Amino acid sequence: MKIIVCLKQVPDTAHVKLDPVTHTLKREGVAAIINPFDLFALEAALRLREQVGGAIHVLSMGPPQAAEAIKEAIGYGVDEGLLLSDRAFAGADTWATTAALAAGVRRMGGADLIICGKQAVDGDTAQVGPGLAMRLGLPQVAFVKGWREVAAGHLVVERQMDDGVDVVRLPLPGLITVVREVGEPRPPSLKGKMRAKKYEVPMAGAAVLGLTEAQVGLAGSFTQVVEVFAPQASGQRQMIEAPAQEAGRLVVDYLVRDQIIRLGS
Amino acid sequence: MDYFLSEEQIMIRDLCRQIAEERIKPVRAELDEKEEFPREIMKALAQADLYGLIIPEQYGGLGGGCLENCIAVEELSRACVGVSTSFAASFLGAYPILLFGSEDQKSRYLSQIATGEQMAAFALTESAAGSDAGAIQTQAKLVGGEYILNGSKQWITNGGEAGIYSVIAITDRSKGPRGASAFIVEAGDPGFSTGKKEVKMGIRASTTAELIFHDCRIPKDRLIGREGLGFVVAMRTFDKSRPGVGAQAVGLAQGALDEAAAFARTRKQFDKPIINFQAVAHMLADMATKIEAGRALVYSVARYMDSGAKDISKVSAMAKLFPTDMAMDVTTQAVQVLGGHGYMRDYPVEKMMRDAKVLQIYEGTNQIQRNVIGQELNKEYGRRD
Repeated sequence: MKIIVCLKQVPDTAHVKLDPVTHTLKREGVAAIINPFDLFALEAALRLREQVGGAIHVLSMGPPQAAEAIKEAIGYGVDEGLLLSDRAFAGADTWATTAALAAGVRRMGGADLIICGKQAVDGDTAQVGPGLAMRLGLPQVAFVKGWREVAAGHLVVERQMDDGVDVVRLPLPGLITVVREVGEPRPPSLKGKMRAKKYEVPMAGAAVLGLTEAQVGLAGSFTQVVEVFAPQASGQRQMIEAPAQEAGRLVVDYLVRDQIIRLGS
Repeated sequence: MDYFLSEEQIMIRDLCRQIAEERIKPVRAELDEKEEFPREIMKALAQADLYGLIIPEQYGGLGGGCLENCIAVEELSRACVGVSTSFAASFLGAYPILLFGSEDQKSRYLSQIATGEQMAAFALTESAAGSDAGAIQTQAKLVGGEYILNGSKQWITNGGEAGIYSVIAITDRSKGPRGASAFIVEAGDPGFSTGKKEVKMGIRASTTAELIFHDCRIPKDRLIGREGLGFVVAMRTFDKSRPGVGAQAVGLAQGALDEAAAFARTRKQFDKPIINFQAVAHMLADMATKIEAGRALVYSVARYMDSGAKDISKVSAMAKLFPTDMAMDVTTQAVQVLGGHGYMRDYPVEKMMRDAKVLQIYEGTNQIQRNVIGQELNKEYGRRD
């Protein structure tokens, strides 16, 4: 089975802050990491390869330094990588991103299965996986937490829903996005890391991919981010003074009222 | 301190540190409490290629030497010696094959050990043969095309978990120590089983079990080297493995210092952090100094061994003796720095102190190490006369 895993390099969100004046992400001094959900995608691919054999390729779009994310993936034992990098790709929304990624998948000769993390922790849209499937005309299942059957022509996967699990038969070639339940990412391997050190990441720009500047980046995007801001902290607080059980119930009431949580039926 | 490690050695250290922090530390207390073998961690170590660390490349390993092994073991031990013992014992079981095995034995067994598909174990100790290894009773008799093994081995690390066992047994009792031989026994061999699983003071995540051979039949090509070589195999194996025990001690002591120093900086008594009391600061200073001395010794000996040196018995024993005595001392002091907290299971240092003790005992007690060093000194100074 040939698997393509899509990776995004993101700022380490555990340490990222917003600039209070410009409202943009303060990226200086913040380490770039592989989007944590994409590590679950990578783990899913490694487990599938262990189960049925085959090859894993990774695909990413980003500035030249995103090659580090591909090299890191090589360290986990991935076979090959491709970085889509071009000034013209800058400012892409999810629509323009999927245009580039779809061209990247074609350049890699397609795959039996494409695996994406369910979303990136910087944009949080969860649109790129499904959008890529649409661009390529592939069937897709999002929020996959595992699989029950792997065959040459199809995959039977479990989709995590709010109220349970759907069991879905996905014809191949196809695309899945995965959630954390798919399995804890393994550590990188020594052989992989040694190979990664020497690995030269292949890169492709818009022209090589047969894309015009109008199709990608800011020009190819339908949406533009006008402003990013952190929610104002109101500084208000309310103390609940009641016996523990009742206080707990009151807290739940508040959280439900403000739609922070929803109670199961 | 900078020990001028190569890029590869730093990679090994960082990867092991990552596994220790992410996989071992969060579960070490539970593994200790439940006396549970760390199967998931062993799998992660296999996926990280660490079981191939010292196995030559032609058998699927990474071809590393003693220093690479010590670096890996030290980092794992910083989090849990129970885990690092389980890991390192596989190399202990592999060394006899690596050092004395035939080409067939190497390609068959080392490749399985390198991938982590099978763990290995080393079986010498018996109930009446500890430090006096020459007193072993387990027998192997050649009958037709097979050796038939009878007897039992005691306190075998990875017993029951390993798939490949290097076993020392007597083939000719009349020849004394020259009558022992080394064999490879596989987990499924007829007549081979594991007996009592020990309940231990420390390193409780590792499995220590009895091995029982009851008319255990193995093909004669499982003999390692030739008949009579058993004790040579065992002694050369220990020469190779002892710095690894020293590395366990260095890692363990470092882990204890990490805990003690962090605690001393935050714990306030008499209105100030206790590290500001000279009595405590001096304890930490001594601990740190001794750890650095232990590490310097282990790394130097490992590098000397990797240079291809032959006269390694004395320095190898030193690299086990000093750091393990040091770790007992340092972990005891760590408990003292934490005081009442240190004595409680809520903090990891009491486990570290329990774990430290075995390092002075296994793979040759520290008294035996002193014997080895003393004998070598006697020879050295004898040559000068």
